[in-house]
Amino acid sequence: MNSLFRSRTWSYSFRSIVIIYFIGLIIIPIISIYTQSFSSGILNFWDNISDPLAWKAVFLTLKLAGIATITNILIGTMIGWVLVRYEFPGKSIINSLIDLPFALPTAVAGFIILLLLGPSSIMFEWFGLSLVFHEPAIVVAMVFVTFPFVIRGLQPLLEELDKSEEEAAYTLGSSKFRTFFQIIMPTMLPGILSGGMLAFSRGLAEFGAVVLIAGNIPGKTLVASVYIFGEIESNNPQGAAAVSVLLLTISFIILWFINKLSRGGNTL
Amino acid sequence: MRRLWISLTYVVITLLLVVPLYKIFTGAWAQGFDGFIEAIARPQSLHALKMTAIIVVTVTVINTFFGVMLSLYLVRATWLSRTIKRLSNSIVDLPFAVSPVIGGLMIVLLLGPNTIMGTFFNNIGVQIVYALPGMILATLFVTFPIMIREVMPVLQEIGDQQEQAASTLGAYSWYTFWKVTWPNIRFGVIYGVVLTVARSLGEFGAVLVVSGNIINKTQTATTLVYQDVENFNVVAANAIALVLAAFSIMLLLLMEWTKKRKGVH
Repeated sequence: MNSLFRSRTWSYSFRSIVIIYFIGLIIIPIISIYTQSFSSGILNFWDNISDPLAWKAVFLTLKLAGIATITNILIGTMIGWVLVRYEFPGKSIINSLIDLPFALPTAVAGFIILLLLGPSSIMFEWFGLSLVFHEPAIVVAMVFVTFPFVIRGLQPLLEELDKSEEEAAYTLGSSKFRTFFQIIMPTMLPGILSGGMLAFSRGLAEFGAVVLIAGNIPGKTLVASVYIFGEIESNNPQGAAAVSVLLLTISFIILWFINKLSRGGNTL
Repeated sequence: MRRLWISLTYVVITLLLVVPLYKIFTGAWAQGFDGFIEAIARPQSLHALKMTAIIVVTVTVINTFFGVMLSLYLVRATWLSRTIKRLSNSIVDLPFAVSPVIGGLMIVLLLGPNTIMGTFFNNIGVQIVYALPGMILATLFVTFPIMIREVMPVLQEIGDQQEQAASTLGAYSWYTFWKVTWPNIRFGVIYGVVLTVARSLGEFGAVLVVSGNIINKTQTATTLVYQDVENFNVVAANAIALVLAAFSIMLLLLMEWTKKRKGVH
C-alpha cells in the first residue's frame, strides 16, 4: 500500500481528481446559470425580471424572509440566553431538540405545518382561522426551518463571555439594563448577526417547507423559489434562470457579509 | 424575570418543535395500524424509500471522501497558493446560499436533454436528468459544503506539528494520515457524515426539479410525500413522513452523541 502512495504520478492524479471534482460540481454549474440567463441578451434577461409576477415573487420572499429573520432573532436570542445562563429541568433535552429543524426533511416540515394550521386543523375549527395559503403560514414555515441558526450562533459566544467583566460593571455601580446593553450585547451581536443572516439567506432559498402551504397564488403568496419551480415546469428555463440569478446574487452578497463578519470576529 | 424567560422558552419550544413532532407521530395512526402499513407497503412507497436509500448512501460516501481530501488540501497543501486557498474556501460555501430549486435548475441547464452534454451522454446511453445520476448529482451539490465545514476547523486547530514530526520520523503520507491525522479529525468526520445523511435524506427541491418526480421510477420519499399531499392522500403522506421523521430523530440523537465526543476528543 505504501509504495503505491509514495509514487508521484499517483499523488498528482489524486490531486487532480479532487480539484476537477470541485470545479465540475460547484464552479461550473454556478457559472453556467449566469451565462445561461444572459445568453439571449441583456434585454431578454430584463424582460424576464420585469415580469410583474417575477419581481413580486422576489419582493414577497425578501419581505417574508425578513419578518421570519426578525422573529428568529428575538426568540433565538432569548432561548440562547436561557440555555447558557440558567439551570432548569429539561435543559439538556431542549438543547438537543433545537437542531430538529436541521434534521427533519423540509417537505415533512411543510406537511406538518399544513396539518397543524390547515383547513382541517384545530386552529381552524376553534378560531375559524385559516393561516395556510396566506402569508403568515409562509413566515411560520421559514421560522421553523431557520430556527437553530441564531441560537447556535449565539451560544458559543455567550459561553466564552468572561463573567468578571460583567461583575466589574455591577461593582462599578452599573444597572442591570446598562450592563446588558454595554457589556453583554456587544459580545452577543456578531453571533446574532451572522445567525440572522444565515437564517435570512436560508429563508430566501426555502422551497420544501413553503411549496405545500403557500397556496402559490401568483402575485400574492408565490415566493421566488416556487416561482422558479413553476417556470421550470412550464418549460421556460430562461425565465427561471433570470430570477435565479437575481436571487443567487442577493444570497451571495449576504454570504460575503457573513464571511466578512466572522473573519472580523476572529482577528479581534 | 428568570422564571419568565424559562417559561417563555418552554412555550416556544413546545409550540414550534414538540407539537409538530407529536402531530406527526399521532397523525400516521389516524386510520389504525393497518392504514399505516398499507400506506408504507404501496409499491411506490417501497420504491421511493429504496431510491432515497441509494441516494443517501452514494452521496454520503462520495462527499465524505472528497470532503476530507479537499479540506486537507485547503488547509495543508503547499502546492496551492494562499490566494487560491482563500478563494476556494469562500466558493465551498456557495451551495449553502443556493436555493435547492436553483441547484436542480443548474443541473438541468447543464445536462438536460436539450444541451450539448446531455445529448452526448444520451448518445452513449446514459440518461442523467430525469434519472438517478442527476438526482445524485443534485444532492451532491447541495450537501457539498457540510463535510468541509466540519473538518476544516478541526484541521486548523490541531496544527501540523504532529504530522511533521511523523514524517520527520520517516512515516509516509498515507501512514501519517491514518495514525496521526485521522484520530484527531475522526469525530468531526462522523459529525459531518451524520449531517450529510440528514440533509440528503431530506433533500427535496433539487431532487424534485431534476427527477421529474416520475412515480415508481425517480420518486424519492420526500417527493412522494409532496405528491401524496397534492393528491389529498393525507394518511399516506403522513405514514411516509413518519418514517422520515423517525430517521431524523435517530440522526438527532447521533448528532448529540458525536457532539459530546467531539468536545472531549
